[in-house]
Amino acid sequence: MLTYIARRVLYSIPVLLLSSFLSFLFVSYAGNPIALLRQNPRVSHQTLINLTHQMHLDKPVIVRYFYWLHDVFADKLGNSLITLQPIWPQITRTMSHTAQVIIISEGLAIMLGIAVGIYSAIRQYSIFDYMFTSISFFGFALPTFWLALLLQIAFTDIFLHWNVRIFYTSGLNSNPGGSAWSIDRLQHIALPVMTLLIISFALYSRYMRASMLDVINSDYVRTARAKGVPEWKVIMRHVFRNALIPITTVTALNIGGLLGGAIVTETVFSLDGIGFWFVQALNAKDLYEVMAYLVVTSVIIVLFNLIADVTYGFLDPRIRYD
Amino acid sequence: MRFFRHRLALLGLFGLVVIFGAGIFANYIAPGGFSAINLADSQLLAHPSSAHLFGTDEIGRNEFNRVIWGIRTSMEVGVFVAAVSSLIGLFVGAVAGYYGGWIDNLLMRLTDLVLTLPALAILLTASALLGQGSQWRISGILVAFFWTGIARVVRGVYLSLREKEYVEAAKASGAGDMRLMFRHILPNTLGPIIVNGTLAVGTAILVEAALSFLNLGIKPPTPSLGGLINAAQAYPQQWWLTIFPGVTIVLIVLCVNFVGDGLRDALDPTQRRVRA
Repeated sequence: MLTYIARRVLYSIPVLLLSSFLSFLFVSYAGNPIALLRQNPRVSHQTLINLTHQMHLDKPVIVRYFYWLHDVFADKLGNSLITLQPIWPQITRTMSHTAQVIIISEGLAIMLGIAVGIYSAIRQYSIFDYMFTSISFFGFALPTFWLALLLQIAFTDIFLHWNVRIFYTSGLNSNPGGSAWSIDRLQHIALPVMTLLIISFALYSRYMRASMLDVINSDYVRTARAKGVPEWKVIMRHVFRNALIPITTVTALNIGGLLGGAIVTETVFSLDGIGFWFVQALNAKDLYEVMAYLVVTSVIIVLFNLIADVTYGFLDPRIRYD
Repeated sequence: MRFFRHRLALLGLFGLVVIFGAGIFANYIAPGGFSAINLADSQLLAHPSSAHLFGTDEIGRNEFNRVIWGIRTSMEVGVFVAAVSSLIGLFVGAVAGYYGGWIDNLLMRLTDLVLTLPALAILLTASALLGQGSQWRISGILVAFFWTGIARVVRGVYLSLREKEYVEAAKASGAGDMRLMFRHILPNTLGPIIVNGTLAVGTAILVEAALSFLNLGIKPPTPSLGGLINAAQAYPQQWWLTIFPGVTIVLIVLCVNFVGDGLRDALDPTQRRVRA
């Protein structure tokens, strides 16, 4: 197992390097980092020349990539091109907010999804099953941004009509620098959490149901029933535990989708997370911040892919790694 | 259950015919185009009424017309992206799966690479730096990222089918590589390709809407459903500006998924029916 993990980590290093190189190539050919500065009449020609030199923008792309790579490791992702501020503190700040939202919503979505999936599978083709099947079909067709916007409008309207503040509809805290674990914070992140929750729940309940049905129809469950094991014990001991295995993979592999959902959701709710930060960096054409986001999220995705594979092997002894 | 599913597929097909029909015949259903403005006070941000089914926006444009023309844009993007990326994916997947070797290796490493990148972020970066505005450039960017998934599916089918006896028999009777690939194996891969292609229409429409919503996709004056919702953000009290384009997207994608699921049941019974 350890050698498998080590080999996977070693394999992902060149993949990450290559993907970062291709992104860098693409980003630097597609956008001129100082184009916006050049439009600013207060930035002198000399400053632009100095900046170009200082940022190594006069060198070929290959050379710039290695300067950038050096910055990534030696200087924690380097500095922004536009504001010249260090990028790492911004990543850690926004990431902590995004992580809070994602962890809460995922925790709830997994629990709810599993519960509903189990019940739908046991009572297949019941009213309950059809209801949640329809809900998840809607969930697959819902654009995340529209769902977020609807929630925002609904709770803004509640506030405007009845002057009741249930959830806040933008930002992180009522006062800057508010605590990360307070009622106020929870009121602020409730709607983003709800948005991501609904989207993930549709996926997980569907998978859990399918996975339960798979196991229920397998031979060893029939054997257990034939032996006279009580039904609840068959479901909880034999079916449920085996049906969980594919779910771990699905949740781990869903991280890319979640990060995408976070971009949209955080933008709607002006939440100071990494997705909103990324959109702002894109609009400002801050290429090094864009690169920083791509690198950080790629590492996260690769890491979760690895976790998915390793836990799968750990949970299912039939899978052997060698 | 089969009947229920097929009923859903028929319902989806019917819905698609109606919605896409409205998009195709936008000139007749929404005459007057999507950009006619009317600055009379009573016409600004007017509630839905018999004159303006979906109300009007802040400069008195008929929201119904804008949604219908938006359907046309979404439909063109979705169908174009699905068709072109299916074709590319078909060719690359066929070559990789049939010949194996370095082509296969290259394709697999490339799709590995695409899988390590956050999909929406890469699309946003691409459209922010290259493609903003034109609907065809956005479609091109989507194609560049969509074909890899289909190529992977096609490759898998080719890998298993090229070992089949009937292919060997055809080879023994002197069929060339091209004939084997496209005459003998291809018909058996059409099921998964059609299913994946259909579902790709829905995904492409959703992604395009997200890009346009973030103001990094199709730009005005071209009307797009995501762009309409983006514009509606400034008017949260005028619910019709948010609701109608959004419901339209949901209905399109729902119908596409129903049709895709029905096709999967009909054409490709081996594939599990998990993802909608």
